[in-house]
Amino acid sequence: MALLEIHDLHARVAVPGGREILKGVNLTVNKGEVHAIMGKNGSGKSTLAQVLMGRETYEVTGGTVLYNGQNLLDLSTEERATQGVFLAFQYPVEIPGVSTSYFLKAAVNAIRKAHGEPELDAMDFLAIVKQKMALLKMDQSFMNRAVNEGFSGGEKKRNEIFQMAVINPTLALMDETDSGLDIDALKIVSNGANSLRGPDRAIVCVTHYQRLLNYIQPDVVHVMLDGRIAKSGDKSLALELEARGYDWVEKEVAQLA
Amino acid sequence: MTQLLDDKNIHLANFTLFARHATPTLSWVEKLRRSAIARFDLVGFPDAKDEEWRFTNTAPIAQTPFVLAEHDDPAAAASLAADFTFANQAAAEIVFVNGRFSQQLSRVSPLPAGITVTSLATALQNTPALLEQHLARYARIETDPFVALNTGFIRDGAFVHLARNAVVRHPIHLLFLSIPSAEPAIAHPRVLVVAEDNSQATIVESYAGKKGAGPFSNTVFNNAVTEIVAADNVHLDHCKLEQESPDAFHIAHMHVTLGRDCSFVSHAASIGGKLVRNDLVVVLNGQHTDATVNGLVVLRDSQHVANHTILRHEKPHCSSHELYKHVLDNRSTCVFKGKIFVQKDAQKTDSKQTTKSLLLSDEATMNAMPALEIYADDVKCTHGSTTGPVDEDMIFYLRSRGVPREAARHLLTYAFAADITRRIKVEPVRRRLEDFMAAQHGLPQDLRITDLGSHDQAAL
Repeated sequence: MALLEIHDLHARVAVPGGREILKGVNLTVNKGEVHAIMGKNGSGKSTLAQVLMGRETYEVTGGTVLYNGQNLLDLSTEERATQGVFLAFQYPVEIPGVSTSYFLKAAVNAIRKAHGEPELDAMDFLAIVKQKMALLKMDQSFMNRAVNEGFSGGEKKRNEIFQMAVINPTLALMDETDSGLDIDALKIVSNGANSLRGPDRAIVCVTHYQRLLNYIQPDVVHVMLDGRIAKSGDKSLALELEARGYDWVEKEVAQLA
Repeated sequence: MTQLLDDKNIHLANFTLFARHATPTLSWVEKLRRSAIARFDLVGFPDAKDEEWRFTNTAPIAQTPFVLAEHDDPAAAASLAADFTFANQAAAEIVFVNGRFSQQLSRVSPLPAGITVTSLATALQNTPALLEQHLARYARIETDPFVALNTGFIRDGAFVHLARNAVVRHPIHLLFLSIPSAEPAIAHPRVLVVAEDNSQATIVESYAGKKGAGPFSNTVFNNAVTEIVAADNVHLDHCKLEQESPDAFHIAHMHVTLGRDCSFVSHAASIGGKLVRNDLVVVLNGQHTDATVNGLVVLRDSQHVANHTILRHEKPHCSSHELYKHVLDNRSTCVFKGKIFVQKDAQKTDSKQTTKSLLLSDEATMNAMPALEIYADDVKCTHGSTTGPVDEDMIFYLRSRGVPREAARHLLTYAFAADITRRIKVEPVRRRLEDFMAAQHGLPQDLRITDLGSHDQAAL
């Protein structure tokens, strides 16, 4: 059974007369795989990531999404999170007044609670956190700072992957994690993401550029075009896109139509 | 049931009684009282036609037959004092019960050299010339009927004197307790702070009250006036905490005058009371002076709080930062009117005013009125105001991490207020507010941000 099975997914902006953005997405992701979804601005790739996380600003108007065999669309955002879906945000939100430490503890314990596990005590929590902070080369003082407040773009992205490493999701969705990162930060962040690779989980990277994929090597690369996955291939497809742009895919699709 | 007198006459009658029974005092004080009460008699209570009172209805105050509060329940006072005391975290703690100084509950020594904390009555005996020079010179009786009314009943209150170069590290706590009694009671607390050159102190005014029981459950009304005057190079950190009973009235005027090279920080929190109005005037009257004026209001049910602030830049090269945040639930109503005057001489003024309001209910009402009046041409002044429900992007972020919607809403409401509380350097005040917010939102008390770092500036 595939970990994620998306069939003919349609979604639109959830306002009266809202524009349709996803126009029939089909995608199958198996455990152990890393998928990259590439595409131009406005092709719908970030919307797909948000819809999978249950963002209410989008309305699903058709299609199905199975996650571990169950209907993902029936679950609230928090239920998806507790069942192992994680979204690394393109634009992480600043939360002045809440320390990163509290925020992460609340997240970890919400997930544990949903699984009937006892909450982590401070010592166990700290042990996990320290290990992951080292992985992402983060300073300890960071835990006492307010969530994302005053962080640079790169720090925010690193914080997303740090959270991802601590929460240890089954399906990690990374939305444009590479944007705004310099090359050193890109390596650190990729390193964090790669540490999550394993036979029991999967990663879906939404990205604009091929360069992230030098560090997080995908098993499958998809091109998204006007709300659909227009072409899939192996990692060489990403290199081809980098070299030739997206226009040739558009032409190819137009010819097939 | 007491028959309603003509609203103004209740207080004029109180004054007649007061004048008859008050111990004889200095002639200038007598004169001050009489001219103040004459002023009040002339203007009466403000009504909705008065622009400054358009959003705050004072009729419930005007129509209540208040008697002058007496200190009549020592056990209740001691228990309330125990709840609000700073204990050994305060350099001095001076406690008032229904506006009257309580020797028993107060501790005014030992204090570092040059620092005096006494009741106003004592100060009038010990240093009458100093008081005559300052008392009622800043918060003028012409400004407002409530100031006039307070001044008419000047008798007790707190006097803090910081002599030249005097420095006190721990806060000076002025604690005003309201104990309900068998009749609606009014108190007129008065605070005067005189800070000489190069002095430094932290001063906290707490107004505390709990609902009474049975026949002793009547409304209390604190009509307070605070005057702070700072000479040059004075560093003052001021906090005001208002956490009175849900049926209490609270009207307070605070007037701050700052000389040159001063730094003044004010945090005002209103988390109690039924009808609360705080007027704060800060006059930056010397060059290179900085004022930070922050506020937090947390309301539920049908509480009403109005904050009116005026920052008056009189001299060049001064800066002011103002951040007021409001959390409104149920049918509560709130007013923020913030005025920044930049006078012609005040070139190179740098002033920033921000007000943010969080509406937790569709029935809550916020009136935010920022206003700039600028007469100088080389200044940097900005203001911004936002009002709305809890940010959906933030909620989604938390939900995506497994935190349920309701819990996310509570956490974000706490965080909204913590943006103010974390700036408060007085630990017992910060802790009380954080604990209050955590309790209101069913949160544990370990959310505190410990690393203030450079974020205060960044966030402003």
